[in-house]
Amino acid sequence: MSGFAWHRRSKRVIATFSGFEADLLRSLTSQLVELLRNEQAAPTDSVDPLEAMMDFSGPTTEPEDPVLRRLFPTAYPDDEEAAGDFRRFTEGALRDTKATSASAIIDALEEAGLPPELTEDGLVIDVELDRGEAHAWMRTFTDVRLALATRLEVEEGDEERWAAMPEDDPRARAHDIYDWVGYLQETLVHALTKAA
Amino acid sequence: MTAPTPVEVEPDLTADEVPAEVTVPEKPWTTIVWNDPVNLMSYVTYVFRTYFGYSEKKATRLMMEVHEDGRSAVSSGSREEMERDVQAMHEYGLWATLEKDE
Repeated sequence: MSGFAWHRRSKRVIATFSGFEADLLRSLTSQLVELLRNEQAAPTDSVDPLEAMMDFSGPTTEPEDPVLRRLFPTAYPDDEEAAGDFRRFTEGALRDTKATSASAIIDALEEAGLPPELTEDGLVIDVELDRGEAHAWMRTFTDVRLALATRLEVEEGDEERWAAMPEDDPRARAHDIYDWVGYLQETLVHALTKAA
Repeated sequence: MTAPTPVEVEPDLTADEVPAEVTVPEKPWTTIVWNDPVNLMSYVTYVFRTYFGYSEKKATRLMMEVHEDGRSAVSSGSREEMERDVQAMHEYGLWATLEKDE
């Protein structure tokens, strides 16, 4: 595991994953896509049947799922009406952008040789990303980490809590994965900083 | 800042009843980024550099403000501009809100 690096000659961000790591990334990003696409956007206040039928209006109230609440924060904390308008005009597009970026990771891993079902040992997945692709990966890593952290209730300076947790606790395992994605993110930001 | 848009008023409306916003220029708005326990300091700095085009020094200072004070005003301008910035910050996974300067 070495994370991402900037490859000067090809002007690309490169990384090598084991089959297991690539499979894990695919699983995390697939869950994110599912959450973004499947959870019903909160119902609107609108009662106009025509407007409802056309489905032009996005949601105006906060999503119920705490992960989605964190991914789509309320832009006007003290102004419910302005917050609703902002949400109506932005949440749909943001959901699309995030889901598209996450899906691109799945596609890239599969194009690089990750089979639909991981069976063989010793599989190596090499990815090469241009700046735009690397940015999309970086944003998706952020969303994955926000999702995991929200579910795990990660707090500032809570490292001891996680260190003290028994290894077989599923939350400890999930937190290890959260840390791993953080490591990937750190190396990706570093690689992109070099590329700038 | 955007110029005030002309509005049609009913002919019988007296000057006192014209909403204040019509004549007073729009006050600047601010994009606030809030601290969260998840986003990496390097990432937040990178976002400020890339999206706003800020220098390394300015981006780092704003990131440290977020980290230490819990929030930082990262950009200001018209309401429309700030809504674009807040939306972009949400795209990057940063927790951002709009505030009107008093």
